[in-house]
Amino acid sequence: MAKQTTAFSRKHLIGLSDYTRDEILHILETARSFREVLERPIKRVPILTGITVINLFFEASTRTRISFELAQKRLSADTINFTANTSSVKKGETLRDTAQNIEAMKVDMVVVRHSSPGVPLFLSRVLKSNIINAGDGAHEHPTQALLDMYSLLERIPDLKGIRICIVGDIGHSRVALSNIFGLTCLGADVAVCGPPTLIPRHIEQLGIRVFYKLDEALAFADVLNVLRIQLERQGVGLFPSLREYRDQFGITRERLENFPKDWIIMHPGPINRGVEIDSDVADGNFSIILNQVTNGVAVRMAVLYLLSGREREQTQ
Amino acid sequence: MRNGLIWDRGKRKTERADILIKDGIIESIGIFTTLPPTAEIVDITGCTVIPGLLDIHVHLREPGYEDRETIATGCAAAAAGGFTAVCCMPNTNPVADNQEVIQFIKDKAQGNLVTVYPVGAVRKDSKGDELAEIGFMIKAGIVAISDDGMPVKTSGIMRRALEYSRMFNIPVLEHPQDASLTEDGSMNEGLYSTKLGIYGMPSIAEDIIVSRDMQLLEYIGGQLHIQHVSSAHSVELIRQAKDKGLPITAEATPHHFTLTDAVIESFDPNYKMNPPLRSEADREAIIAGLKDGTIDAIATDHSPHTVDDKEGEFDLAKFGVTGLETAVGAYFTELVDKHQFNGIETLVELCVINPRKIMRLDIPEIQPGAPANVCILNEQKQWTVKKDAFFSKAMNSCFIDKTFRGYVIGVIGNKRIWLRDSTLK
Repeated sequence: MAKQTTAFSRKHLIGLSDYTRDEILHILETARSFREVLERPIKRVPILTGITVINLFFEASTRTRISFELAQKRLSADTINFTANTSSVKKGETLRDTAQNIEAMKVDMVVVRHSSPGVPLFLSRVLKSNIINAGDGAHEHPTQALLDMYSLLERIPDLKGIRICIVGDIGHSRVALSNIFGLTCLGADVAVCGPPTLIPRHIEQLGIRVFYKLDEALAFADVLNVLRIQLERQGVGLFPSLREYRDQFGITRERLENFPKDWIIMHPGPINRGVEIDSDVADGNFSIILNQVTNGVAVRMAVLYLLSGREREQTQ
Repeated sequence: MRNGLIWDRGKRKTERADILIKDGIIESIGIFTTLPPTAEIVDITGCTVIPGLLDIHVHLREPGYEDRETIATGCAAAAAGGFTAVCCMPNTNPVADNQEVIQFIKDKAQGNLVTVYPVGAVRKDSKGDELAEIGFMIKAGIVAISDDGMPVKTSGIMRRALEYSRMFNIPVLEHPQDASLTEDGSMNEGLYSTKLGIYGMPSIAEDIIVSRDMQLLEYIGGQLHIQHVSSAHSVELIRQAKDKGLPITAEATPHHFTLTDAVIESFDPNYKMNPPLRSEADREAIIAGLKDGTIDAIATDHSPHTVDDKEGEFDLAKFGVTGLETAVGAYFTELVDKHQFNGIETLVELCVINPRKIMRLDIPEIQPGAPANVCILNEQKQWTVKKDAFFSKAMNSCFIDKTFRGYVIGVIGNKRIWLRDSTLK
């Protein structure tokens, strides 16, 4: 295990907006060690033995939950899953009641996903447990951004000055926002691209560029992070059809070939093949999409480990 | 009341004096060497006496939402805030769109220190296209009409409302919001909504309706009052309308002149209201508007809610904050101490005189023969807003744990006296 110069002192991972460069790099360094564990025949270390983690998912998600669950099991933690199909308010139980029940069960760490922004922050105020945000509405999805940055650092030694463009429904995307916070913190040159209806009017104030035309984004960027486009947005007049979206912003081999570069193509998944990205791009040489998935487990192991406080007790 | 600083409207200043009140009427004002032997003496040394304040925008929640507030608890909160009168909004359940509900409200408020002036709905159930029975409601005692909570939806409806209101000479109180621009929104659309992932409500949603209504006013006539102005552009539009001589008035809330959307980084639902807290530029424009007379009055939009409705998920929480008990403190701490507003004189203008002018009510005087209708306050006293010390049933204030200066010591109205500290007697 790589020993860090200063111990990680955070209790929660709510978002990357207030994490420092050192803290982010610390997590990614730690993830490197856990990534190596995932190559062993026995993919398990006893680091979080005796720690109980609850995956509190108010919003359905198979992939992220499985990734967290794998991370927890590989660290030998005890895992519980709680999935609510509808928000607690619709069911009649308030968020405070759910939280107090969890507190009563004396769980050490809570991984929470909810459709309302700010819920992980609320829980961090009412619970004694460590809180990890697995996605809160359109606010943040910090572990996704961390695994995205980790995956980039497998290819590029330093993210400073790297030109990366996030393409898609920026305004509804917690993946986009966390990436913007994390990447700008590490010095990358970040842009977003999509139709104006999907890009918040004030987003340039976060220190990033905005492109409404894909070709301009392709001319600028070396890395693309392609977001899933949702059909629901069509229904409320944000764009006319998936067909037109693909025509304007779809990442296809033809569009990329106009800008011959050593592209890096990313996607948080799940992919809408033939909409925001074509199969031959998603499965092609430029794509690191599957690496993102593998790295996701390692990064989540690192986050769980560092927040648990066990690093401070650990000696190499 | 002995040794207070009594506000003199003619001289526009306070003078040290005693006031003798008998049977709810002011008997004499002066420096008394002797008093009737049966007189109860209240020592108000260091305190200022002004006419009772009127809050023209309050939600008393009764009938229908008594778990949030009742007429009784709302009036207790009003008194604790220095208000001897309030105008209550019609978005009750049932909506106050007929004579019977208005009468119910008046009956419930009967005998209270605080006078309740009900506001009637513009439309039946505050929905659809039909006007409410405004004439009958006037007979029952409304002072204005409003569909507060929802903007009067189409230009066509607003035209009819202004036209019909002209018959009765009452103001139409408008909550200016283009709902089609604010769907799913919980806060101001700006840098902070972008950073926090909360869908925003742009200020143009307010500006567009203010502009529309002003043009209708110019064409139709009537009296238009813009509620809770929150946008810099709206202030400018109102200023232009007043320059033209249009019969338009406006109000602003203490939370809009004190706070901005930056506070929502805490995701605290006690900062969620409609219209939302906006940018610093908007806040400064509101303050400038209050100073130069563009905005006539301070009104709190007191909106009590239960704890469950104001806790937890920000986007799911209900809109609204209380305000009756903190208005005076916010005025002194923010407007006087930080923006050089003219102390008591401007407080009287913004909270005593102008609100009554808007509602065409008589302005209470402090002089012999007049009914005793006063607010007693200690201008200098510092105090901290405590969640469990409200007289309101509700605790959803955006000023909890904030320290203010300017504390209401008591009020007198309708032959009743309330003192915060009963040992003063």
